[in-house]
Parts: sequence; structure tokens; C-alpha cells
Amino acid sequence: MSKYTVIGLRVEHAGPLALLQDAGRFGVRRLGVTQGGPADLHGWAWANRLVDNAWGTPALEITFGGLKLVAERDLTIAVAGGDLSATLEGRPLPLWQPVSLREGQALAFAAPRNGLRAYLAVAGGFQAEPVLGSVSCVVREGLGGFDGRGGKLADGDRLAVTADAGRRVQEKRVPAAECPDYASPATLALLPGAQVADFTGDSLFAAFNRPWRVDDRADRMGVRLTGPKLTCRIGSLISEGIGLGAVQVPPDGQPIALLNDRQTIGGYPRLGALTPLSASRLAQCLPGQEVRLAATTLERALSGQRRFRDAMAG
Amino acid sequence: MSRAMNRKEGLPRIESAGLDGWMVRLFERIDEENLAWLGALARRCEAEFGAMLVDLVPSYTTLLVVFDPLRLSPASARQRLAALLVDLEPETVAAGGEVRELPTWYDPSVGPDLERVARHAGMSVEAVIDCHAGREYRVFALGFAPGFAFMGLLDERLEVPRLDTPRQKVPVNSVAIAGRQTAAYPAVSPGGWNLLGRTAAHLFDRDREGFSLLKVGDRVRFVPVDRATFERQGGDATPVECHK
Repeated sequence: MSKYTVIGLRVEHAGPLALLQDAGRFGVRRLGVTQGGPADLHGWAWANRLVDNAWGTPALEITFGGLKLVAERDLTIAVAGGDLSATLEGRPLPLWQPVSLREGQALAFAAPRNGLRAYLAVAGGFQAEPVLGSVSCVVREGLGGFDGRGGKLADGDRLAVTADAGRRVQEKRVPAAECPDYASPATLALLPGAQVADFTGDSLFAAFNRPWRVDDRADRMGVRLTGPKLTCRIGSLISEGIGLGAVQVPPDGQPIALLNDRQTIGGYPRLGALTPLSASRLAQCLPGQEVRLAATTLERALSGQRRFRDAMAG
Repeated sequence: MSRAMNRKEGLPRIESAGLDGWMVRLFERIDEENLAWLGALARRCEAEFGAMLVDLVPSYTTLLVVFDPLRLSPASARQRLAALLVDLEPETVAAGGEVRELPTWYDPSVGPDLERVARHAGMSVEAVIDCHAGREYRVFALGFAPGFAFMGLLDERLEVPRLDTPRQKVPVNSVAIAGRQTAAYPAVSPGGWNLLGRTAAHLFDRDREGFSLLKVGDRVRFVPVDRATFERQGGDATPVECHK
């Protein structure tokens, strides 16, 4: 952590789940350590971009809402991703744009209005000591976050920022197409995997033509989808590495899309893997929401990812 | 490729694992011999991909290779992997992992399934301990939790299924068996494996170089120690039932 660290925000009410996230923890999955990082990479990256932060700068991932913060100094911030009815001093906070916060002002996130997770970035980034190369907070593993021990935000926490967290940033306009309506039915792009041919024909037809409902068994490890029962000719595999967005199908036939905090290895057969941007989109869906799966190709997935990263670099 | 990769099974195979990964499948079955091949491939990937390599996840029969698709297209990554497989040779035994000894106190107070396992195996508790501690295990994979090493293969006589109802809280450092595998829990977690005892070893330490005591390919022995030695080595002798 830099010695130029100062306290930027005080946590008045922590709410159910607010976590510090950089791009993720890499190079240690062979030790059984999960990837972590923002569940919605797109919203997290935009929040950072809006305050001129470099890719990978730590920002807050706020799930559900219930969080109230008070500025301990003047700050330049941006909130992107889900709309959790955020207010600044009681007035609606504009999303997807930089905002100046004066010392003593209160920033509150109430409840989901559109999407599930909001990302709060501060100019220069939040500051914490990296653990295994990352500050990404994984509660289950006790790694990362402001305390280094995987702690989510708690009442009374004081959040460190850099000394120039109040710097001015250039006004930016986020293209409308980059601000998703998370409540609309989502089509998730999936790259078919090696076991796709082991599913029955009926199951494959259903997987890609019938709607799926986001279950309430959903967290940063994975999101369960309910719908037609899928049948795979193989029940389980010898455990092997699991990539981000992998869609595994346990014997009950209901798929689980695996997100950032997934276990590193597992043995259920898979339909394939969601593209990173589709995994992000799914992470913004509320229980009960409808999604569809659509097969895509590596070429299309790659060009989508390139467009996204080019926009973040520009 | 070689004798060990059974060509009739169409191995090795490079399979889709998303936009940023390829799954290299070298074997169909779990075998200690797999480790030397998987280790050799991991080494080659590190040399070939350099900074474009994001992660490697070795497991029993596969190596998941994760790369940065913006710096190396999936198609080029696949080509490079295919080239690495052409003349792959297994690592020599000398490079086949560290030898690790885990001092372990086998006792019903910290290994509450010892007696049930003994009944299941038709052996005395002493014989179960001798049997578990009597062989060297290889680390096949890490997963489930940071530093949790899946080791095998266990003597067939000790093969018992997982618990019907997993424990909510397995104490840290519990030594356990399930199927033909054994493991030690690096942190408190839920778990359905059968507990035989507890080790005094530090399995996962964020402040240690390399973090995890055990790595894929390591050779591991459980060394029985008495309670006094276990506690002197820093072991926590609190009985399992007090951990609820």
C-alpha cells in the first residue's frame, strides 16, 4: 500500500455485501485459489474508466444495496453497473458519469431498481494491501479486501484512497448501448464445450430454444438456472479445471453458470462456457429473471471482447 | 506422442474451455504416471506463453491453460499447444515433486471417524493408522479450497464413501479420507470426508513463498505422532465436537 494513502470514505451502514475488487487473482489457481474479481466486469471497468483509472484499479462491488458511506474528504467518484437507487445527500445520484463528492456528504445505495450490483470507483482507486497478488475480496477463502482477510465492508470501516482522490477528471459520455437495461430478457452467448455432444438431442434443443429462469440460489460462485431438465449421457467426470462462465449440468439437469468465486476444479459435464461479457450480464440478473442461451463462436466472442477492451482503453 | 498417451482414445485432445482457455486432456484415467506428463506440459506452457499465460490448472488427467485472448488469439494459442504436445516427454522422477511429511496425531477425539472406518475395513484402529501412514501419496490436484490437496491412491481396504451428511465445520488441519483419496483441510470448512486425525503442518500460509505447502506432483507421507509431540509442533488438540 502506498504511504500516500488517506481515508476517503467512512462506512455508516455496510449493508449485506460490499466487496473490494480489482481485476482478480491470477496465477494461483493451481493452488486451489479462486479467481475473484468483479462479477460484472463491464460495470466495474466503466466505473474505473469514468474517473480515468487504469484497468485493474480496485473499486467497490455493491450487491443489493443497503450501503451508506460518508465522504471524509472531497472525492471524484463514478457509479456504473446496476441501479441500486443510489442517492447523494438524499437526491438521486447520476450513474455512468463522474460526480464530485464534498467532504461530509452522504452516499447511499438503497435497493435494486435495475440490475443487482453497482460499482463505485474513486479517482486513483481504493487502497489496500494485495494478498497473493490481488486485493480482490473472496469471503469464502478469507483473502483480500480492505482487511486482507476476505472481510466484506463492516459498519465503521474507513476506506483508504490516494491523496489525489479529489482530482478533476474529463467529462465523458458513455454510449447508450453501453448502459444495459439489466431487467430486459438477456441472451447469453455460450461457447459450446467438449461434452456438448454427450447431451441428448432433445436436451440440446431445449437448452438453446427454451427460456431459463435465474434461481435464487445465485451468488459470486455461480448462478443456477431452472427450466427443462437436461440429460447428459455422462454423469460425472474426473475433476478438472473450470473456466469463468462454465455452464455445468449436475445430475438434476438444471445448469449452473460458474462465476468469479467458483471452485477451481470440478467434475460435472458442461454445456460450454459463457463469454466473459455474458457472464457479467448474468451477474446483474435478479432471481426470477428470464435468460436465454445462444451458441456463439470464438471469433464473435473475441471481437466482442476486443470492442469492450478498446472502449476501456480509449 | 508416446506410449502413455493411448492413441486409440484419441489423446491428447485440446478441448474448448471458453474464450480464454483450452483444456488439454492427456489421459482418461487417474494414474500416478500422469503427473510426470502433466508437469512437463505445464513447464512447457510457462516457457512458451510467458506473460500471455494467465493461469494453469492441473488436475488428475488434464491441464487447463488460461491465456489472455487479447494478446494471443484462441486460434494461435491452440496451435502453440498442439506444437508443444508433439514431442512431449515426461519429467524425470527427480523433477517429480517435493517430498513432504505431515506429522499427524491419529486419535478419535480429532479423528471421529477412525472407529467407523476400522469397522468398515474389518481392521483394528491401529491397523487403519498403520495402513494410512504406511504409504507415500502423490498430490493429484489442488482445489475445493486454497491449499486443499487431493492425494492418492489410498489402500483399497480403507476405501469408504463420503459421509451421508457432510459436517458443517471440519476443523482446520483435519486429516481425512474418501474413496481412494486422502487430504488435509487447510482451513475450517464444511466437508463430507471421513476424519482420521489432525496434522500439525501449516498447509496454507499467505506469508510463505509459494503459499501452499503441497503442490501438484508432491510426494506426501503422514507420520504418526503422539499428542505431546503434536502439541509441541503447534497442533491444536481441541476435540472435533468442541468445534461446532
